[in-house]
Amino acid sequence: MSKNLSEVLLEKFPGSVIEMEEIPTDHIPLNGDKWFEIALFIRDEPDWKFDSLQCITGVDLGEENGLEVRYNLHSMVHSHKIEIRIPLNRDKPVVPSVEQVWRVGDWFEREVYDMYGITFKGHRDLRRILLPDDWEGWPLRKDYEEPATYHGIAVPKEKEGWE
Amino acid sequence: MGLLEEKFEDNIIVASFDKILSWARSTSPWFFQFGLACCAIEMMATAASRYDLMRIGMIPRSSPRQADVMIVAGTVTMKMALRIKKLYEQMAEPKYVIAMGSCATSGGPYSPHGYHVLKGVDIVIPVDVYIPGCPPRPESLIEGLIQLQDKIRKERPLTKKSV
Repeated sequence: MSKNLSEVLLEKFPGSVIEMEEIPTDHIPLNGDKWFEIALFIRDEPDWKFDSLQCITGVDLGEENGLEVRYNLHSMVHSHKIEIRIPLNRDKPVVPSVEQVWRVGDWFEREVYDMYGITFKGHRDLRRILLPDDWEGWPLRKDYEEPATYHGIAVPKEKEGWE
Repeated sequence: MGLLEEKFEDNIIVASFDKILSWARSTSPWFFQFGLACCAIEMMATAASRYDLMRIGMIPRSSPRQADVMIVAGTVTMKMALRIKKLYEQMAEPKYVIAMGSCATSGGPYSPHGYHVLKGVDIVIPVDVYIPGCPPRPESLIEGLIQLQDKIRKERPLTKKSV
């Protein structure tokens, strides 16, 4: 199924699917450039009808591999599902927002932004959702370093007898 | 009044009033009703009919101005820590704090590596009674509250402290 969709996408959006030696069966690795148009396409195309965005996950793959965004899509009409993976540059992680394609993407994208600092281009209200607005850094990144204090409160407190 | 007249030393009445005052305080410590995580469920169960906190004189108050005891029931995040401090400052004297559960006493499962969790609420406000458990059963909470009542009963707020 995913093989089929990647062929369709390659035909419709040349260069959008990242070529791999072995074509993955459970997900589609995508180039982020045309993600907004692709999202609109697979949402509206009668054969696919991915009308439900179920989850957006950020992943930090380590220093060499950079970051990744994963979208879990499900079709209520055809009852099939697919995972889209978009690899990103660690220094400048930008990906087109699909908040206006699936409205539920609004908070998902804000959460990924909150934890990984991935910018969703075109999101209309991109700010932190869980952490305080004045928090510094992106805590779920592997190179995140805890600040010593937050508003004068010690963040990692060592107590005697720990460890 | 014939029985009592000219029977006592000068300060006996004062000392007794002191006792009465702390007894009165200890038997009606109204607690501040707010829950932060799963411990709040146990706190609600304790306040409900099966365990019935009202029989030891405790009723939940929704305003810090009317509350004597703050039960910190749950995980205190850094975002909440500032607000807890503010709420504690809004409470009228005498005020007491109970740290309920592992998270409130020491950070619990989030210590020492949780980036966003306060490692024990005693970092921001003084704590009178610590209740271990994850979450503590209502019996533990009641035990902790009785400990607090004992502590209040031993206080002599009117007596001059010898420095």
